[in-house]
Amino acid sequence: MKKTTEQKYTHNYRDDYPRWQSWMKDSYKILIPDMLPWHFAIIERLLKLEGYDIEVLKNDSRAVIDEGLKHVHNDTCYPCLCTVGQYIDALKSGKYDVNRTAVMMSQSGGGCRASNYIPLIRKALKAEFPQVPVLSLNFSGLEKDSSFPIGAKLLLKLAFAVFYGDAIMWCYNQVKPYEAGRGTADKVRGELMDYVMTKYEKGGYARYKKVIRHIVDCFAAVPRTDAKKIKVGIVGEIYVKYSALGNNHLEEFLLSEDCEPVVPVLMDYVLYCVVNNINDGDLYGKKGIFYSVNKLLYKILHRMQKNIIKIFKKSPFEPIHDFEHLRACADKVLNQGVKMGEGWLIPAEMAALAETGTENIVCAQPFGCLPNHIAGKGAIRTLKNLYKNENIVAVDYDPSATRVNQENRIKLMLATAREHISAEA
Amino acid sequence: MAKLMGIDVGSTTVKVTVVEDGKILYRSYERHFAQVRETVIRELGKIKEQFGGEFCASITGSAGLGLSQRSGINFVQEVQAAFVAIRRFYPDADAAIELGGEDAKIIFITGGTEQRMNGSCAGGTGAFIDQMATLLNITVQEMDEYALRAEKIYPIASRCGVFAKSDIQPLINQGARKEDISASIFQAVVDQTVSGLAQGRRIKGKVLFLGGPLYFLKGLRQAFVRTLKLSEENAVFPDDAPTFMSIGAALHSAGVKPMAIEDIISAIERAEGTDEVVTGEPLFKDKAEYAAFVKRHRATDLKFADIATYTGDAYLGIDSGSTTTKLILITPDCRILYSHYQSNNGQPVDIIVEKLSEIYRLSEGRISIKGSAVTGYGEDLIKAAIKADFGIVETVAHFKAALHFNPDVDFIIDIGGQDIKCFKIKNRAIDSIMLNEACSSGCGSFIQTFARAMGMEIDKFSQLGLFAKRPVELGSRCTVFMNSAVKQAQKEGSSVEDISAGLSISIVKNAIYKVIRAASADELGDNIVVQGGTFLNDAVLRAFERETGKNVIRPGIAGLMGAFGAALYAKEMSTGSSTTVGESGLENFSYKSVSTVCRGCTSKCNVNILTFADGSRYISGNKCERGAGKKPASEDLDIYAYKQARLPQCIVGTKGTKGRVGLPLQLGMYEQLPIWAGFFESLGFEVVLSEKSSRELYFLGQHTVASDTACYPAKLMHGHIESLLDKGVDFIFLPCESYNLDERDSVNHYNCPVVAYYSELLKANNERLDDGNFIMPYIDLNERENTVKKLCAALSKYKIKKKDAARALEEGFARFNRYHADIRAKGAEIISKARAEGRQIIILAGRPYHVDGEINHGINKLLTSLNLAVLSEDAVFDEADLVNVNVLNQWTYHARLYRAADYASKQRDVNLVQLVSFGCGLDAITTDEVRSILEKNGKLYTQIKIDEINNLGVVKIRLRSMLAAIEESRKIESVAKI
Repeated sequence: MKKTTEQKYTHNYRDDYPRWQSWMKDSYKILIPDMLPWHFAIIERLLKLEGYDIEVLKNDSRAVIDEGLKHVHNDTCYPCLCTVGQYIDALKSGKYDVNRTAVMMSQSGGGCRASNYIPLIRKALKAEFPQVPVLSLNFSGLEKDSSFPIGAKLLLKLAFAVFYGDAIMWCYNQVKPYEAGRGTADKVRGELMDYVMTKYEKGGYARYKKVIRHIVDCFAAVPRTDAKKIKVGIVGEIYVKYSALGNNHLEEFLLSEDCEPVVPVLMDYVLYCVVNNINDGDLYGKKGIFYSVNKLLYKILHRMQKNIIKIFKKSPFEPIHDFEHLRACADKVLNQGVKMGEGWLIPAEMAALAETGTENIVCAQPFGCLPNHIAGKGAIRTLKNLYKNENIVAVDYDPSATRVNQENRIKLMLATAREHISAEA
Repeated sequence: MAKLMGIDVGSTTVKVTVVEDGKILYRSYERHFAQVRETVIRELGKIKEQFGGEFCASITGSAGLGLSQRSGINFVQEVQAAFVAIRRFYPDADAAIELGGEDAKIIFITGGTEQRMNGSCAGGTGAFIDQMATLLNITVQEMDEYALRAEKIYPIASRCGVFAKSDIQPLINQGARKEDISASIFQAVVDQTVSGLAQGRRIKGKVLFLGGPLYFLKGLRQAFVRTLKLSEENAVFPDDAPTFMSIGAALHSAGVKPMAIEDIISAIERAEGTDEVVTGEPLFKDKAEYAAFVKRHRATDLKFADIATYTGDAYLGIDSGSTTTKLILITPDCRILYSHYQSNNGQPVDIIVEKLSEIYRLSEGRISIKGSAVTGYGEDLIKAAIKADFGIVETVAHFKAALHFNPDVDFIIDIGGQDIKCFKIKNRAIDSIMLNEACSSGCGSFIQTFARAMGMEIDKFSQLGLFAKRPVELGSRCTVFMNSAVKQAQKEGSSVEDISAGLSISIVKNAIYKVIRAASADELGDNIVVQGGTFLNDAVLRAFERETGKNVIRPGIAGLMGAFGAALYAKEMSTGSSTTVGESGLENFSYKSVSTVCRGCTSKCNVNILTFADGSRYISGNKCERGAGKKPASEDLDIYAYKQARLPQCIVGTKGTKGRVGLPLQLGMYEQLPIWAGFFESLGFEVVLSEKSSRELYFLGQHTVASDTACYPAKLMHGHIESLLDKGVDFIFLPCESYNLDERDSVNHYNCPVVAYYSELLKANNERLDDGNFIMPYIDLNERENTVKKLCAALSKYKIKKKDAARALEEGFARFNRYHADIRAKGAEIISKARAEGRQIIILAGRPYHVDGEINHGINKLLTSLNLAVLSEDAVFDEADLVNVNVLNQWTYHARLYRAADYASKQRDVNLVQLVSFGCGLDAITTDEVRSILEKNGKLYTQIKIDEINNLGVVKIRLRSMLAAIEESRKIESVAKI
């Protein structure tokens, strides 16, 4: 290809948009979409303590999806549609001063469409709320004029928040299906949320081993029955994997079907992003400062993860996955070079789940998700060859895909799961 | 002991079976016409009469889930139910295929049990067959009889019902035999099942065929047996196939707590619908509101003149549409003498001839036709048949008609049987055109199909919706999705009225948000004219006014606007005499239809030849002029033809000593072939290219396709791999590349996820591939040194020295640069030639692999036949400025699109047409951006979505509309200059 060496004129086709200015911190509310209620609640609180007026959106009526359909190209992926729908529905609700409100979205900078959510959100807001700035939360140097400023200290605080949210979610899912007294797991979860929040308010949030131990102990103290339940893993595209709005309340559905939902933790995704930057260096020889920083970051986070696993091993709970184990699992299925979207993390989690006794899996993806063709549906055959009883159903989520359709397919997976159990017995 | 009972509630039928001691005592099979609960209760009533007593009962089926949840009766998933019955009655079966009303399932029994259902985007099921029968205007049974007499199979897209429909429609219009079309539809269902469901697993051994369609339709059975190459004893069609699931459900009930039949019935009676279905406001409050509405719209009706008394001149307009034929005869002052609107029953020629005779008879020689014009899908055919004076592009015809009703019109929307057309008007010329993509054709014929499924005529059905209390929210996507939304609504007990109103509303939403993609109703303009047969449906009209918040004009002849526009055009262009076949000519009119394969070139188009009584012939189905017996347009001004010829020349053809490497020519290889040909040939390998893309090649690899919603280029890749394996190469090479080459004009330079990693999917889903014969190193070609290292490691078996590999890669890049330099030079040559000849230039912009003739379906040839010069994005983008765009510009191929758009914007005689592969997620982003670049520069944007679809009828209309609009704006420009 001919390299454009001579200086070329750049034609600007970009529409103007409001930037995020640092002074806005004091007077603006920042809305963020809902994805993981417990994690995001902690993050909301800690960012408030940093002086940002953050609010996690909780609106999930049909109007949210309708606004999304109206404002986003309908072939765009579902998460974008849900998110934009939540923003617009909220801005229209009259609850916010639209002249003093901004919205925030994460941006990975990877090769899938998700990196384009920021411009798509801007475009969607342009018609009715052109004054609302869109903030990008990214670590790739994108959107320099509108990105959320994050220093090393805040980064660490966020990392702790992810670990804590993960611990609460992970334990809760192992307790809830078996709780002897109705609602006891939810009560403990509520108490622990307060506990974690206090740690951020009054100090002590950095003593993560202590915090995690407390979380694990509190959940372990909840009386449980020894009922046999089918364990069902949920993997897939990050938004529909976690967000109840995105996946039609999948976790609740599984609970109602007498299953134990096994939802791999958010830190896996964080580490996946970090490791991708390392893999790029190892695969293609791009070893600059960025590579070294990520290596260091990985080392720190992974050490913390290993310490947390040690705590879990002393508890009655199944520990979270060791990320090195996930990487080894990925290698059995495909190359860790598959890094767009959730890429190799999806088959890695499917393999790791199978190896830890969760053979039934819902692989959730937005309809038409490109990376999922390869890392989701494309990898199922290999996984089945590796784990003969692995029982995977790929479910597409979409504004018009009906719940009955999705649930029927999940029920088929569950029927197969019950077959396997009775065959073993 | 209590008897066992299974109740299978499917999307269209209810099946009930009673079993005792392993013997089937009773079974029934009834259509439920959306009255699910009532039908079940009625059927159970019969059982109460006949048997009485206690039953262990289970419900199964897609529409049974809700019923089970609310009645408390045990539920068993339907595939599971089938499995139970199979093990009981056919223990030696290897696999089972079940087609139901709206689901398709495969159960693999031996060699690893696996149960699969179709995903949410997969049409080829019973409902799909029903829909196709409606389209052909025959019953499903007739369709089956026809299929048995077929002589040939046409390729019909099998991924989704809507796509198939747009393949079939032109066949009907071209006069292909119903026998052949019927058989082709069944074949499409088979292909859909094999590719969509089997996904990399071969269906072999003893196969059981279940479900209603496979039981009733012999033609479908034949197609399955033929395609799967099953011997007679291995293809099992059980006598109880239609009720098989209910038998399974009954067997599964052993162990369920017995209930008295009366209790079962009352449990189901109590199972009222819940509020889970989202509903909207009624369309009309009351009859008075409706009456006012009707009165307002009456005001825009045309006047009539009596054909029985009128003497004088007249103009004839014909709109030969996809599902309907429209004809109008007007006086010079635009009064209607005669009009006709009819479903064309697949025989437009017969209808036109019949109606024209009627006109001659009624007018008794008093009326003289001074001009006639034809528009629509069947334009060429009808024009040839009745020797009409003019042909006119549909969009222009509609515009002309709308102008007649409102000279200030700034927005026209036409919803017809098969398509939605929207035009924005600026300065009395068409400014932009939006047509529905094949995927979202939730149009008129869609309501019709539903009406029939509910057992009533369309008029009555849509009338029902007018006063519906709670119209159901059905979403605004494709037919298949709406089908399941309707299914859910039925499950929840919505009334037929509510569903009818919901369908009308969703058609409107589909048009506004999916086709027009308006952010708000204000974007549409102030003077809106709505037309097309679908708008004659008051419920749709009302829904449209509601959704846009505007009062619009719907002419009384809304369904005839195309024909009316054509008549106006005939009047405008008339020279005072007409060539239209006269009364005597019609008496002797007859024609013969023969279909054959054109041997003009390697494309092997299926063509239809209609021979008229006077010996003149009309040929259709051909992709290029050659098929029509004309001299093909010159390839001189077609860079696609040039690239197709130039690319393989990157392979020198040396007989290597090291071995034979296979390069699959698809996806990224269309860009990088020169690099890898150069690399491997320099190292002493022989380079073997995969077979040329074709539908046959696609079928060859179809069984390894893992994700049926991936783009067609990706799915074709599977065939390329098979062809290389069959050629016995030593290994196939297809690297994984997250990053494409950095052309230094974008923020990042990724490949799309599919291009980047498709090798992984290929290897995981093709049992013939392994580490030895499929080499797919992860490389970043911007990092040459590292790439060399990676290549040496990947080819370690051949012990290649780094030095040699580096040199070979240099040679690869040299060939690559020469290739691109040649394309640019050819582009420049085409531009100067076209300018010398005064031709318009079109940049047919897509991805490198869109140069593949099987993917672009010969659109380049179509363009040259329209007298245009054709360029590609990679021939011109380098001439353009760098661009700063709204979206994150991070994919190499897509960055080229933005720059090509910038280039087109700067040239008066250059326009851009964007090719988009269906299922390309990235194009949801790029299309809006390319459109915005062009529109900011006052250029028209035209998008063509392509998939397996093999017909260019729609594309042709789109391109001709674009040309007409360009022509129109040039006229205005030149007038302005004077």
